[in-house]
Amino acid sequence: MFSLENITQIVHTWLYENMHPTLALMVEFAFIGVLVIALFAFLGLVLVMMERKVSSWMQLRLGPNRIGPWGWFQTVADTVKLIVKEGMTPNNVDKLLFNMAPILVIIVSMVIMAPIMFAKGFQIWDINIGVLFVSAVSSLSIIGILMAGWASNNKYSLLGAMRSGAQIVSYELSAGLSMLTIVVLTGSLKMSDIIQAQETGWWLFKGHIPAIIAFVIFIIAATAETNRAPFDLAEAESELTAGFHTEYSGMKFALFFLAEYVNIFVVCAIGATLFLGGWMPFHVGNWEQFNNIMDYIPTPIWFFGKTFFLIFVIMWFRWTFPRLRIDQLLNLEWKYLLPISIFNILLVTVIALAGWHF
Amino acid sequence: MNLKQYFADIFNGVKSLATGMKVTGGYFLRHHKEKITEQYPDNRDTLVLAERFRGEVVMLHDENNEHACTGCTACELACPNGTIKVITKFDMTPEGKKKKAVDTFIYHLELCTMCNLCVEACPTGAISMANTFEHSVFDRSTLTKQLNKPGSKIRAGVE
Repeated sequence: MFSLENITQIVHTWLYENMHPTLALMVEFAFIGVLVIALFAFLGLVLVMMERKVSSWMQLRLGPNRIGPWGWFQTVADTVKLIVKEGMTPNNVDKLLFNMAPILVIIVSMVIMAPIMFAKGFQIWDINIGVLFVSAVSSLSIIGILMAGWASNNKYSLLGAMRSGAQIVSYELSAGLSMLTIVVLTGSLKMSDIIQAQETGWWLFKGHIPAIIAFVIFIIAATAETNRAPFDLAEAESELTAGFHTEYSGMKFALFFLAEYVNIFVVCAIGATLFLGGWMPFHVGNWEQFNNIMDYIPTPIWFFGKTFFLIFVIMWFRWTFPRLRIDQLLNLEWKYLLPISIFNILLVTVIALAGWHF
Repeated sequence: MNLKQYFADIFNGVKSLATGMKVTGGYFLRHHKEKITEQYPDNRDTLVLAERFRGEVVMLHDENNEHACTGCTACELACPNGTIKVITKFDMTPEGKKKKAVDTFIYHLELCTMCNLCVEACPTGAISMANTFEHSVFDRSTLTKQLNKPGSKIRAGVE
């Protein structure tokens, strides 16, 4: 049967048989780099299109419908436009930081790709602290945002960046705690172990109510961490024009835009891995026949299906809810999400110790 | 804030959010039936505009090329930004009296804000708002229009 695991294995052995190990490793790095950049381009095109279509359908509009069949090539045209535009650096900005910030943001979203398992045995780096790695690296992107806001020498940019900082730092907590509930249930931080533990059913269904609460909190915190509406105070068009990327244009702006969408994909992929079993097909306990039928659907389809479902839910939030005020935002985190997730993690610990989960 | 209030807040918040999501989710599923976008240049032939839409001021003429404008200049006085200029003349009535009448009714479309005050000011209902809206032209001077058709005269009996 076709599987990505076999392909990577064949390439790996072929390279190591024909080359010096160091050179083979370098070639593998280059492959991975090309694949990640290809995935970025794909995500940039598909997610922007998906956002525009979902938003228009939720508002009973048609959405892009002029370029290509049903407008599906609109984002390709947009990308070409952004590439040919001038990447201007204003006069009074801190030029080094200004030009570095978008690159830093995009590098951070590239690095978080490392421990994500796209299909069975198809992963860049099965690091044994996968979940910790993700939560540690994802909070680095705030440095890029603060850098952009500070270097722009613009009050809107600075305010936007500061808001974004306050927001990401506070929502990191409840996102981390809700990720921790699954770590407690699995007993491992390794992505492959977490997925393997869901062979008899996804944690969302196996972990009783605490897992569902953790899932809801994770989705809220993920929306906040990616700076999307209803938590898009960092951009807040009506107040801050565009927040931290007010001064950016052309491809530098496009990198911020791309990083936003890639971050959505990454947090949804993490959510799908932790709560919905990653590439693991939908298994129910010990119904052997049902499980075998489910196994016929290839694992990448399961992974991308779950991830895109979560992305759809986050887009659904964006086109339904009005934006929060900054005090409401911090109230929600410190008075509601954080206490609830702390109680939740206590509950999960009791469940895991007593072995009450399935 | 007591504990009961705290949980009631959470419950009510989640409930109202779910209500909103139900609305947009319903739209998402039914969008192909209920879509409200007018694909304007494509549906030009079947386009229906609301009765109350104000596109430009027109003077109503009947089949005998007669209008109801007495040249009283009430519309010119009502216009807040000098869009209308009525040039009047004096007709001779059969009894040999002079009577004021409209000679040229000039309407500057480029100045008009479609406020409808002229239509409301008109005592005889001679002018009204049409719902044409494709007004773009290459030369600005073509936006200055004469509303009374050449050779038209006032309808008998309108004072």
